Amino acid sequence: MKLPYSWLSDYTDIGEQDIKSYCDRMTITGSKVEGYEVLCEEISNVVIGRVESIERHGNSDHMWVCMVNVGNETVQIVTGAQNVRKGDIVPAAVAPATLPGGVKIKRGVLRGVESNGMLCSISELGLTLHDMPDAAEDGIFILDQSFGDRLGQDVCSVLGMRDTVVEFEITPNRPDCLSVIGLARESAASYGKELKLSVPSVRVTDDGDTVDNYLNVENRAQDLCMRYSARVVKNVRIKPSPLWMRMRLRAAGVRPINNIVDITNYVMLEYGQPMHAFDYSCLDGKRIVVRRASDGEKFVSLNNVSHELDSSMLVIADEKKAAALAGVMGGLNSEITSDTKTVVFESANFLGSSVRVTSRALGMRTESSARFEKGLDPENTLPALDRACELVGMLEAGDIVGGTVDVYSSPRPVTKIPLEVDRINHFLGTDLDGAYMESVLKLLCFEVNDGVITVPSYRADVECMNDVAEEVIRMYGYDKISATPFISRLTQGGRSPEQNFALGLHELLCGMGMYEIDTFSFISPRYFDRIRMPQDDPRRKCVVIRNPLGEDTSVMRTDALPSMLEVLSRNYNQGNSGALLYELATVYIPNGDPALLPAENKQLVIGMYGRGDFYRLKGYCERILEYAGIREAEFVRNTEDAAFHSGRCAYVTAGGNRIATIGEIHPAVLENYSIGTPVYAAVMDYEQIY
Amino acid sequence: MREKLEEIRARASAQLSEINADLEAIRIKYLGKKGELTAVLRNMGSLSPEERPAIGAIANEVRTYIENAIAERMKEKKKDALGEKLEAERIDVTMPGTAVDVGRRHPLAKVRKEMEDIFIGMGFSVVEGPEVEYDYYNFQALNIPENHPARDTQDTFYITDKILLRSQTSPVQVRTMEKQKPPIRIISPGRVYRSDEVDATHSPLFHQLEGLVVDKGITMGDLKGMLETFAKTMFGESTRIRFRPHHFPFTEPSAEVDVSCFSCGGKGCRLCKNEGWIEILGAGMVHPNVLRGCGIDPEVYSGFAFGMGIERIVMTKYNIDDMRLLYENDMRFLGQF
Repeated sequence: MKLPYSWLSDYTDIGEQDIKSYCDRMTITGSKVEGYEVLCEEISNVVIGRVESIERHGNSDHMWVCMVNVGNETVQIVTGAQNVRKGDIVPAAVAPATLPGGVKIKRGVLRGVESNGMLCSISELGLTLHDMPDAAEDGIFILDQSFGDRLGQDVCSVLGMRDTVVEFEITPNRPDCLSVIGLARESAASYGKELKLSVPSVRVTDDGDTVDNYLNVENRAQDLCMRYSARVVKNVRIKPSPLWMRMRLRAAGVRPINNIVDITNYVMLEYGQPMHAFDYSCLDGKRIVVRRASDGEKFVSLNNVSHELDSSMLVIADEKKAAALAGVMGGLNSEITSDTKTVVFESANFLGSSVRVTSRALGMRTESSARFEKGLDPENTLPALDRACELVGMLEAGDIVGGTVDVYSSPRPVTKIPLEVDRINHFLGTDLDGAYMESVLKLLCFEVNDGVITVPSYRADVECMNDVAEEVIRMYGYDKISATPFISRLTQGGRSPEQNFALGLHELLCGMGMYEIDTFSFISPRYFDRIRMPQDDPRRKCVVIRNPLGEDTSVMRTDALPSMLEVLSRNYNQGNSGALLYELATVYIPNGDPALLPAENKQLVIGMYGRGDFYRLKGYCERILEYAGIREAEFVRNTEDAAFHSGRCAYVTAGGNRIATIGEIHPAVLENYSIGTPVYAAVMDYEQIY
Repeated sequence: MREKLEEIRARASAQLSEINADLEAIRIKYLGKKGELTAVLRNMGSLSPEERPAIGAIANEVRTYIENAIAERMKEKKKDALGEKLEAERIDVTMPGTAVDVGRRHPLAKVRKEMEDIFIGMGFSVVEGPEVEYDYYNFQALNIPENHPARDTQDTFYITDKILLRSQTSPVQVRTMEKQKPPIRIISPGRVYRSDEVDATHSPLFHQLEGLVVDKGITMGDLKGMLETFAKTMFGESTRIRFRPHHFPFTEPSAEVDVSCFSCGGKGCRLCKNEGWIEILGAGMVHPNVLRGCGIDPEVYSGFAFGMGIERIVMTKYNIDDMRLLYENDMRFLGQF
């Protein structure tokens, strides 16, 4: 969540804070700051100027020489733009000046004429047509004449572009902090100040018109839509929103569109309540029906993408058609356009998991869905709706029709938790008094009466003693908890016999000069071809990952030899003259019943090249068998394993069980791994040697 | 005859004392079958019976004398020869030794064992569990229901709707709590999986070590104390730790924990990105829903849990800037640990 610092001051006064210390303080109290950005930091010495005179450049057919009044002086600036007229108010970069992207403006001579700076376009100031809809797309940014009395002043300050944007990492349990007011509440509490909230004042049209003349709302999916509130605005005048609103949206990372759309976005950022605006004329039958989509229902979203819906998805429809995908995105069919005359503002509360499933299924993650899926406060729909209407009044964007539609059949019960002072202290290892705890909770807008805490509706994450303890301790300071050596009943720690066996085995293998490797557990099914595994080999039946990153990591290995050969190949091709490696590797053998977990067994794989022959490898294996206490092992010639040289391969049996295969790797396999030297490998069944 | 014997003794003695005396030739000359002393003894018959014993005694004495003298000289000569031989076999002991290749544990395994040993010293048991795990143990039992946005923070590989590759080693904690009643004090190290593309700081497979303590009266101060002990043992006595509030669904309160940078001691350097602190673990007090779900009464018991990525610790400890090196398994890299 990007919070423009200037916006914060609408809701709390935490005094002059150094930005770095503000960020640290917020992080310490639980609102983690990712970083901050000082907007327009790169822009310097660009001021408001008035073109007092303009003449053609004597030596060029496309350049102009302007005398620009920048307050305390008039400077000569040459420009190549064709849209400047005498008397225009312009942004003038007066040398030496700097612009975004590290651009430096210096004094210069252009075809023999001195130029003391540059007149700027919007893009040179880092702006777009969305930010400044009245500006020329290419050409100098001609400002409103009203700025004529601020000659010489910093353009960015005059336009309200200078701000500091603090970026917060909001954890999924705190959707209330995905809003300016939420963060203002946290900021105020962090500095022991008050939150300044005002009730939005809505001035409705005095012609007696009411929302009932326009709309009837029916909620057919009360399990997915907990509350649906709406208001109507008529005589809408679509135009760009005012500069201050555009600049705030821009700072928060939202692109300005037009006054109505901007108001919905502004309220979402400010109140944390996503809103939607429908063009009323596009709704059939004066009705809004909240319902599940029918399977296969078609819907084209605002961004002009067609979707096929199913009955798990919630839509906002009129009598005939879906007009919005609830909580995710509006429909193209009811979009606000420059011709829109009447608007329906929707402020609703949808079930988080439903919005989440829908947005995932359709691959549409929006600012709105990201908020809804975390579970929002149903009590917030009306204040947000009124704030939107208040802004409509302020922006003179239309006439607000009286009355509010509010379908809210089962209000969420209020959570009350006892304030258990002793238990909290005992749990945290602190010694705080009850009055302190109460004061912290009150700063965070909890009510505390007679030892009972009333949790605000937007704090659904607070349910029990632990949650209350966290509220207290994050404001008190995690760092002030003193570290104690915990006193608990004695436990006998340690490793299991198997873990100790493995540890001893590692020591033995390292003692014999082997390097341990660590490889991925998932491989490509093609790797079995590389070791010439027969098509009907049971090891080809793997645990398959449904959503792998790629084919190379798509199945869980049932044999770790391919991983070893890959590492040997890499070492060989890196030019390492020899390698003696081992891995105690887990393999994953599917269970016949896919509803059950696979068996996770271990293989001890040894691989080497340039460090000896078959008998050296056999010597290692004999030492391992000796460590494992297996005395009557037999090495039997093995011609069946296609990965190995048929004349130089053995399997090892003990007590009638095959416990290992050792040998020289088959030349064709070496070719598959681009290894040009003999490789010896042993694959031992760890479960059999332990 | 007496004179003759004395003369033989004197002559043999003189010859034996020469530096290059040929001892075998001398022995043959005097004591051999045709030797001078043998000749004298052979002539004993010509002596009178009275003289015989006295001369015989002298002859034997001379023979013993010569034999002893030869043996003595033989010993001396051998000693000299050995000395010469050893001198001839002299080597340059200052030359470098012949290389001996000793095997190595993988750095991840090495650090994992180091961490395990610290916790074992504090009474923890090492418990392992399946990597292919039920959704129930990986999420639901950890207070993360289906379709919960917290699942977004751990992009998970699925096998079926109900089976996945564990995205944390916490399922082992749940499995332990289901089986074992408090006091519980375990660590669960192992592989975990998240759907992150491979780059310098991400890998779809990495290693975690998590811990769990449950008993009566366990406090958040205890969590701090234990982590402080761990950090000091792992990173050095002067290490400090810092708790920052955070959110994990399975703990409440939750914290992210930083250790003071062990490279610069907290002044700020490249390793800690000038922060002075390095974030290494997450921790918190076990959520009552998790305890209750495992049949442990949160009104009676409390506990804490913590977890950290082993890769992160290996990389900061050894100043490795690319995680991929850990899985490439190049001998030249592995040989450095």
